[in-house]
Amino acid sequence: MRRSVLALLQAVALLAAAGGASAQAPTEGIQIGLSTDRVAITADFSGADLTIFGSLEDADPLVSRQGRYDVIVVLEGPARPVLVWRKDRVLGMWINTISEMFVNVPMSYSVSTTRMMQDITDADSYRRLSLGTNFIYLEPADKTQFPPTIDEFSSALRDLKKSTNLYNERIGGVEFLSQNLFRATVTLAPNVPVGTHRARAFLFKNGTFVKETSAPLAIVKAGFEQSIFNFSRNYGFLYGLLAVSLATLTGWLGRIVFRRD
Amino acid sequence: MGIYLPIAEMSVNVFVLLAMGAAVGFLSGMFGVGGGFLITPLLIFYNIPPAIAVATGANQVIASSVSGALAHLKRGTLDFKLGTVLLAGGVVGSSLGAYVFALLRRVGQLDLFVSILYVLFLGIVGGLMLVESANAIRKARGGGVPPPLKRSGQHNWIHRLPLKMRFRTSKLFVSVIPVLGLGAGIGFLAAIMGVGGGFIMVPALIYLLKVPTNVVVGTSLFQIIFVAAYTTIIHSTANQTVDIVLAFLLMVGGVAGAQYGAKVGQRLRGEQLRALLALLVLAVALRLGFDLFVRPEHVYTLTGVEGA
Repeated sequence: MRRSVLALLQAVALLAAAGGASAQAPTEGIQIGLSTDRVAITADFSGADLTIFGSLEDADPLVSRQGRYDVIVVLEGPARPVLVWRKDRVLGMWINTISEMFVNVPMSYSVSTTRMMQDITDADSYRRLSLGTNFIYLEPADKTQFPPTIDEFSSALRDLKKSTNLYNERIGGVEFLSQNLFRATVTLAPNVPVGTHRARAFLFKNGTFVKETSAPLAIVKAGFEQSIFNFSRNYGFLYGLLAVSLATLTGWLGRIVFRRD
Repeated sequence: MGIYLPIAEMSVNVFVLLAMGAAVGFLSGMFGVGGGFLITPLLIFYNIPPAIAVATGANQVIASSVSGALAHLKRGTLDFKLGTVLLAGGVVGSSLGAYVFALLRRVGQLDLFVSILYVLFLGIVGGLMLVESANAIRKARGGGVPPPLKRSGQHNWIHRLPLKMRFRTSKLFVSVIPVLGLGAGIGFLAAIMGVGGGFIMVPALIYLLKVPTNVVVGTSLFQIIFVAAYTTIIHSTANQTVDIVLAFLLMVGGVAGAQYGAKVGQRLRGEQLRALLALLVLAVALRLGFDLFVRPEHVYTLTGVEGA
């Protein structure tokens, strides 16, 4: 008896929700907040997890309860042009033969999702959104090329980036803490590039893309590392002299400390 | 224990680098090779970007060469005069080499050219040395005195050239032309291959100029200090690819290793030392040749585009 009442209530709620949705159209929004807009890399940095909090706005409680909201959070590194070379066998030797240039390739790309990528939406949607390590659009410098060649090189580029963990996916890295609040954990690889990254969050409802939001995040070197880097860039010659003196000094001290004769 | 490298912009393990430096330093002190031809591939294998590996390798080579050269200086097995003449040629050669390096990089065939050079030179040098030293060892085993490499009255065309100069420590009286030429040729190869050139210098001095093996090691190290210093400054000025933190870690391991290496090298006889160096050189040649002819793990490679 009690169960049937509950079912009835649910049915009413469902109707109300459906009615509400059709009346004012889906207006769910998504917001993310970074606890900091700068991540400082210090001497002991060896990769890290970055936590991003976010919330859904005007979320439908019923859809939430059914777990039909999905969130994908991406931390996209600064973009650079990249040249991909292919080796082929020439006279028995493996040498670089063909190359393909890509512009604006994110140096890093960390994805965090509520569940398996293929369970959220389909490949076409990912491709349209340029979302996910397998679907991110890599723009060739020369778009007039033979499409299969471009495909071949762009998938090679993705694979190489994934093999160095610069492109990574964290399935289940996004957790809902309440109906509206979620927490996303993205991986920062040990070789994460410094520069301005962009955190992007994508909201899906019942497998359909709803909304996207983004926030910038600067990853910078701090303290000693930063000073060394600046010095090497601004005073290359002096830096070289310093490196040579350090090496000479180390060699001399090494001779004194470790001498064996 | 991880440490973040400011120029390479990545995190690495301190102990791996110390061990790597120590192993290469040991060989360096023992054979008088700077170790650049070992450290650079090792760093690349450890995912350090190649440009940074080459430049930083040169920086670390300075330290182990200073350390090793000081040990030889004390023993009086360092020919300053010969080293200086070789160096004069070397500077000319490496400047030319740096130019060709940039040219090949633009064409995209730098890796191939470097690999072929390595395999060719290491293979030839290693092979010849191995045969010669094996013969010498066999003769010594047979009870006889090993024949000295330099026989009095033995002259080849090199000794008929003009502008002769006396190198006392090396017990040598030869024209400066082949010495300068040798320095230049090695400097050229060294700049392209991103190494000090010790592994070519040592056998060249032994076999072409007939310098006594024990003097060769110290002299080669002395010469490498300057070639590597020159390379380091060029790279840090032009490309900003010297990572001082990475270099320092390698150095600390390297200088310790170099002292032990020099000690062990001292106990070995000339022909044994030559045979071991030959084996090392051949091993590197085989490894690189293998890479050249066997299907690589990654058919595709990524290159950042500079200045863009």
